[in-house]
Amino acid sequence: MKLTLGEKAFDVGNTILLIVLCMAMLYPISFVFGRSLMTDLDRAAHPFSIFPMHLDTSGYRYVFSSGSYIVNAYMITIVRTLVGTLCNLLFTAAFAFVLSNKEYPLRNALTMIISFTMWFGGGLIPVFLLIKTLGLYNHFAVLILPGLISVWNVLILRNFFMQLPRGIIESARIDGANDLVIFLRIVLPLSSAALATISLFYAVGHWNSWFDAMIYINDKDLWPVQVFLREIINNTNLNNLIQSDAVVEVSPPAQSVVMATIVVTTLPILCVYPFLQRFFVKGMTVGSIKG
Amino acid sequence: MILNTIAAPNRKRSVRTVQKGVLAEVWKYRYLHLLALPCILYFLVFKYVPMYGIIIAFKDYKGMNGFSGIVHSDWVGLKNFNLFFNSIYFWRLVRNTVVLSVYLLIFAFPAPIILALLINEAGKAWFKRVVQSISYMPHFLSWVVCAGLVLQILSPTGGPVNALMELMGRDPVAFVSDPHYFRTILVLTNIWKEVGWGTIIYLAAITNIDPELYEAATMDGARKWHKMWFITLPGIKEIVAIMLILSMGNILDGHFEQVFNLYSPAVYEVADNFDTYVYRQGLVEAKFAYSAAVGLFKSVVALVLVVLANRVAKRLGSEGLW
Repeated sequence: MKLTLGEKAFDVGNTILLIVLCMAMLYPISFVFGRSLMTDLDRAAHPFSIFPMHLDTSGYRYVFSSGSYIVNAYMITIVRTLVGTLCNLLFTAAFAFVLSNKEYPLRNALTMIISFTMWFGGGLIPVFLLIKTLGLYNHFAVLILPGLISVWNVLILRNFFMQLPRGIIESARIDGANDLVIFLRIVLPLSSAALATISLFYAVGHWNSWFDAMIYINDKDLWPVQVFLREIINNTNLNNLIQSDAVVEVSPPAQSVVMATIVVTTLPILCVYPFLQRFFVKGMTVGSIKG
Repeated sequence: MILNTIAAPNRKRSVRTVQKGVLAEVWKYRYLHLLALPCILYFLVFKYVPMYGIIIAFKDYKGMNGFSGIVHSDWVGLKNFNLFFNSIYFWRLVRNTVVLSVYLLIFAFPAPIILALLINEAGKAWFKRVVQSISYMPHFLSWVVCAGLVLQILSPTGGPVNALMELMGRDPVAFVSDPHYFRTILVLTNIWKEVGWGTIIYLAAITNIDPELYEAATMDGARKWHKMWFITLPGIKEIVAIMLILSMGNILDGHFEQVFNLYSPAVYEVADNFDTYVYRQGLVEAKFAYSAAVGLFKSVVALVLVVLANRVAKRLGSEGLW
C-alpha cells in the first residue's frame, strides 16, 4: 500500500528523532574522550568541541606514570574480574545444577531459602560488622566472597538446565555416570551459551563495582580503578592518584587527568559491549521462564 | 498393655527402616549434597547470619567487637526507632525517596515504551540494530563513570550546558549542587542510562505479536497509527501493566549508586534518602545500632510493598516474581 503524506512525514521525523537520540547518547562519552586530549587553552576556547586541535596526552602520561596507583588498580580490577567471575560461575552453576534435579529432596526448601534473600536481607550494618569479624576487611577476598552467588543467576541457569534433553542425562545415568560426572561432562558442555551469558553478567558487575571496595578496603594498594575514579571526581586532588614517595615529571591540568581516568576506566567496557549485548539480551529473556 | 508390647517392636523396626531410608536417600544424592554444601554455607554465612545481626537495631551497641559485640550488648527495645521517627530526618527521607520514585514513574517509566514503539516503526533492520546498540551503551557504564560524565557536562566552568547558557547571556549555574535542579538531573540521567536497555523487554513483546494481525489490518486499509494504536499497544498492554506494578513495589528503592555519586551536602535536603542516610550514619559516623534501625524500617516496609505488588501482578494473570 502506498504511504500517505502523513506517514511519510512520520517516517522521516522518526528517523531524525532516533538519530538525534543516538547523538544524545554518544555526546557525553565522546565529549570526555575527545577533550581528555585537549589543552586547557583549547578547552576554554572551544566549549562544545569534541575534537582535540592540539593533541595533549599529559593526562594519560600522568595516569600511567610509574608512581601512579592506577596501574596497580587496573591489575586489581582485572584480577578481580577474572577470578571473581570464575568463582561466581563455578558455584552458581553447581547450585543451579542441584536445584534443577526435580527428585532432589531439598530442592523446594533450598529454592525458597535462597529466593527469600532476594527480597529481604540483614542490611548494610550487620553485613559490615560480619565482614570485620570474619577478618575480610582490607582483604582482596572481600571483593569476591560476599557476592559469590546471585540468586537471580542461579534461577536463570536452573531454568536453562531443566530444558536440557532429559534423555541424554538418563542414558548417562544408566551407563553408570554419577551426578558429578553428569554435571561436569554433560550439563556444563551443553550449556556453554547460557554459561557465557551468566559470566558476562558477573564480569560486567565486577568491572563496574566500587561500593564494596570503598567500604571494606582502605588500603590503596587493593583499590580497583572505579574507586580511584570516584576519589578524583569528588575531590579533584590529583595527589590521591600518586604514591607519596613517587616523583612525576608531568604536571597536567586537573581536568585532563579526571577525563583520562574516566576514559581508562570505560574504554575496555565500550570495546567489548557491542559483542556482548546479544548475550545480555538473551539472558534478559531467558530469565522470564518459570520452572 | 498388650497393644503396647505388640506395637513396640513394630515401632522400633519402622523407625529403623525410616532411618535407613533417610541414610539411603542421603547416600543416593551424595554428589548433589557435595555440590550444594558450599553454596548453602555461603547463603548461611553471608545472608542469614546478617539477618540475625538485625537484632543490633534493638540494642545499645557500643563496643568495637564486630559481630559478636551485637550479641553481648544490652537490649534497648525501640529506642533507636523512636529516635529516628522523632528526628527531622524521618519525613525528609520518606519525602525524598517517594518523590524521586514518583518522578521516575511518571517520566522514566514510559520512556522505554515510547522508544520501543519508535524503534519498532523505524524502517531498515540495520538502522534499528544500530539505534538499539547505541542506546544500550550507557547501561554498561558504572554510576561512578556516569556521575563523572554528568559533572563534566554540567560543570559551571567549561561544561557545554553552561557555555550554551552563557551564549544566551545567562549566568552560569552549578546545577549538580543546586537543590532546584538536583531531582531533574537524577531523572534525566536515569533515563539516559537505562532507556535503551529498558526497551528490550517491550521489543521482545512486540516481536511476539502475531504478524497476521498486521497483514489483516493492512488488507482492511489500516494506516500506520491505526496499527500502532490497535495492534502494537494492546499487544504489549499486559507487560506494561506488570512492569508498572512491579516498579510500584520498588518505590522505596533509594537508587543508592546514582544518588550517592552525584549528591553533596548542598543538596542533602532534596537528595538524601534511606540508603544514603544509613550509609552516612552507620559507616561515616559509626552509629551502628541507630542506622541499622533505620535500615530495618526501610527493608520491612519495602518487603511489604514488593509482596503487595506481586499479589496484584498475579491477580492480573502474570506469573509474578515467585
